[in-house]
Amino acid sequence: MKRLALIALLGFALPAFADRMPLPANTPASFKTECGGCHLAYPPALLAAKDWQRTMAGLKDHFGTDATVDAKTGQEIAAFLERNAGNPEKLGGAGEPPRITQTARFVRKHREVSAKTWSDPRVKSKANCEACHRGAANGSFSEHEITMPQGLR
Amino acid sequence: MRTLATLSLLLISVAAHAETAQQIRQIYATEAATQQAGFTPSAKRGETLFRQRFALNDKMPACTSCHTDSPLNAGQHAVTGKSVKPLAVAANAERFADPAKVEKWFGRNCKEVVGRACTPAEKADFVAYMSEVR
Repeated sequence: MKRLALIALLGFALPAFADRMPLPANTPASFKTECGGCHLAYPPALLAAKDWQRTMAGLKDHFGTDATVDAKTGQEIAAFLERNAGNPEKLGGAGEPPRITQTARFVRKHREVSAKTWSDPRVKSKANCEACHRGAANGSFSEHEITMPQGLR
Repeated sequence: MRTLATLSLLLISVAAHAETAQQIRQIYATEAATQQAGFTPSAKRGETLFRQRFALNDKMPACTSCHTDSPLNAGQHAVTGKSVKPLAVAANAERFADPAKVEKWFGRNCKEVVGRACTPAEKADFVAYMSEVR
């Protein structure tokens, strides 16, 4: 009985672990400054290695912006992303160009979010994790740490 | 001799890490003066540049699209929604303190919003405005 309870507890605890995605201690500074300049420095686990490769190969037109970096920095960031990339089977395809917000995992996790919320000026974009996941910069994406902008649900 | 070497190393490192907006403005002004004799930076021209609507980019027609009408305020990235700290030195002491960073963002943002690289004169004016606005 006790063992059963333990297993059940573990079952609850595991999904919670997946919502903690702090950047590794050895994250290169270039990742934070280059990738965190216009948007959150997204946890590498949110995209599969092959999708990060495509993203890094297409920085010249990065969702409409020229986000190119010098060759040395590019190699450093690409190696970091690939080393810490997520499991493609759990994430699902990310589309072309790859988008974190198109992965099956992202879509499933956000299925209850209304169109009105996404288009609210305080949210603006699905890229803006911090609008609701206030601790996103520290890797907190837990369901219990979501604070929607006032008036939204 | 060794002291001298240490001292000069120290000076170099100080210069590399503690540029002020004043020094960065001077770098651009010196460059501008080689193209335009007697050039002096103008905060007023810098403000005009900051407020100009270039309208090349639907989501970012002007600097103010992300940085708001006042450089003293925090802004919001027009596409991603990420918050942007104030541009004005009076509101954010970290601004215009690292020449490489300043050059990187002029490079990106001028290309995207103005549609071309900004000139050294424009950069000097812009830095003058951002360091003087209260």
